[in-house]
Amino acid sequence: MLQEHGAKVEREKYHVIITNEIIDEALKTVPESFKLFDVIGNQTHDFSEHNVYFTPGSAALNILDYNSGEIRKPTTADYARYAKLVSRLDHIASQSTAFIPTDVHEKISDSYRLYLSLLFCEKPVVTGAFTIEAFDIMRDLQLALRGTKEGLAAKPLTILSCCPTSPLKWSDVTSQNVVDCAEYSIPVEFVSMPLSGFMAPVTLVGTLVQHTAETLSGVVISQLTNPGAPVLYGGSPAIFDVRYETTPMGAVETQMIDCAYNEIGKHLGMPTQGYISLSDAKQLDAQSGLESSMGATLAALSGINNISGPGMLDFESCQSLEKLVLDNEICGMTLRMIKGIEPKEDFPSLPRFEELLKEKHLLISRHTMRYLSEEFYLPGSVIDRANRARWQEEGGKTLLERAHTGVEKLVRECVPSRLPDDKKNELTKLMEREARRYGMSSLPHIDS
Amino acid sequence: MDILKEISVRLQQGDDERVCELTRQAVEKKVPPRAILDEGLIGGMNIIGERYKAHEIFLPQVLLAAKAMYAGTDVLRPLFVKEGMPAIGKVVIGSVQGDLHDIGKNLVGIMLKGAGFEVIDLGNDVPPERFVETAEKEDAAVIGISALLTTTMPVMKRTVDLLEEKGLRTKIRTIIGGAPISEEFAKQIGADAYGYDSTNAVESVKRLIMANESD
Repeated sequence: MLQEHGAKVEREKYHVIITNEIIDEALKTVPESFKLFDVIGNQTHDFSEHNVYFTPGSAALNILDYNSGEIRKPTTADYARYAKLVSRLDHIASQSTAFIPTDVHEKISDSYRLYLSLLFCEKPVVTGAFTIEAFDIMRDLQLALRGTKEGLAAKPLTILSCCPTSPLKWSDVTSQNVVDCAEYSIPVEFVSMPLSGFMAPVTLVGTLVQHTAETLSGVVISQLTNPGAPVLYGGSPAIFDVRYETTPMGAVETQMIDCAYNEIGKHLGMPTQGYISLSDAKQLDAQSGLESSMGATLAALSGINNISGPGMLDFESCQSLEKLVLDNEICGMTLRMIKGIEPKEDFPSLPRFEELLKEKHLLISRHTMRYLSEEFYLPGSVIDRANRARWQEEGGKTLLERAHTGVEKLVRECVPSRLPDDKKNELTKLMEREARRYGMSSLPHIDS
Repeated sequence: MDILKEISVRLQQGDDERVCELTRQAVEKKVPPRAILDEGLIGGMNIIGERYKAHEIFLPQVLLAAKAMYAGTDVLRPLFVKEGMPAIGKVVIGSVQGDLHDIGKNLVGIMLKGAGFEVIDLGNDVPPERFVETAEKEDAAVIGISALLTTTMPVMKRTVDLLEEKGLRTKIRTIIGGAPISEEFAKQIGADAYGYDSTNAVESVKRLIMANESD
């Protein structure tokens, strides 16, 4: 396909040289915005301009178990709890297929996550396929809900993460995923991961040059397949920590690269995504709060449209439900921040102060009652705002304990998805058929 | 809906005009004033107190409900001319001598009134003698003292000591509060209770009065 559009292909080296003309052609057709719709079909996202949405970090191998304090491999039951929890987190606009259940055949572990997400939570899903074949079932699950290819294109339900491999490589799986998504107008987020100083130049500018090339190559594959197919100009770059041989997502330089490529993406006329609001800490400690908050703040101020990361710890390898509850508050505060400061019946000011002098306080002033909920974001009880005596009276709980109380409460209060039963049954039939292909006679039992 | 229930519900909504009107109607229907007060007004305020503590509602809603409560009690007051307006108890409050900060104390006053207490607010910069004299004269059960400044905190002790000297320590109980105050400090100066916020202060005052009544 690339050759047909004028790219120079060196087959023996597996090289494709994409020319400026091809890139310009792709940039002409790439949409500058697109919308996302939930399982029911209601619009939830408008990826345009500087609109900001949060989505959990995706595809962790482990979850942090509250009871043991240790990491472990997740199961179906964990995933169901996760999806129910996300349905109750107001500031996290979409689900992601956040971790990989290990109680199913690994060949369906990608599609099975999507199936569980569609069953338990109405929010749209940021996901990804691990193989070329998995695309089919993941597409079919979506077609089951939207009815037709056209219906799905009109109301996209998922975003597939497609990751080039640094430096400048596309695997069979990810490039085919981009092609398949484009054919069905399923939005793709390109997640290029250059590692400064290791698999990319050490300078942030050098890393950005590489990130731009990798991401634009994805845009080209997508747009040449189906001009106008929706994409997010995304990424998950990081600096390389030369002391620990790790890829710190909470490093300020990592977050600077994210904010910078966001500007490049917007300059090129695309909505953006970034793996920026997450932490490398191993538990819910101060580091986990500071890294996620710094990332969320920078990302929101930069106007990254789809901010990935909530719930994620340990270099994108571990999801924590307790961290998700905490991060939901970070997202809530950040979303409040970007609403900014606006005058609301504040001028002329004199009457307000006359009222204050007369009434001695403004607690029940009409102005207060009208604007209190707009002006203040009041976080849930995971954020401690009690005075010390009240905090002690209420058990002197740590952040982790409060977050866990939040998890339990929200999962308990979860209301079942409004997706009609016949649709749920159709999804289950599709998933069971796929499981049988890999020798599983049934899917794991799920407690509803 | 039962009129007392409706008074309680409207009070919880902070609808002072409707509470005033409903209280009038209840009086006309010969509902005993004491029942209107206890079941309608104070009953509604108790629910508000619980919901506030559980973070279901916020301070402004509590104050609006308290305002609605006053609208109702104003209607009832003339009916209690002989025996006086029934109250759970009488509390004398003020900011300690040397302290001009009264936001916290005012809030406690509003919440105490909302909970059905009669509150005598002496304002700020109140000397120990004035607290004790007023409480004695008014037959108050509790003195509540507030301080914001660490420099004025020690003066709180003088009020407790004065009660002791006059042999009133067990009859008139003391509660203290304010940003620099702690449970430990209250114990240290011999105060009977410490309130860490206005709701907690109301609960503590209730406990003090119940304890005194059962003595």
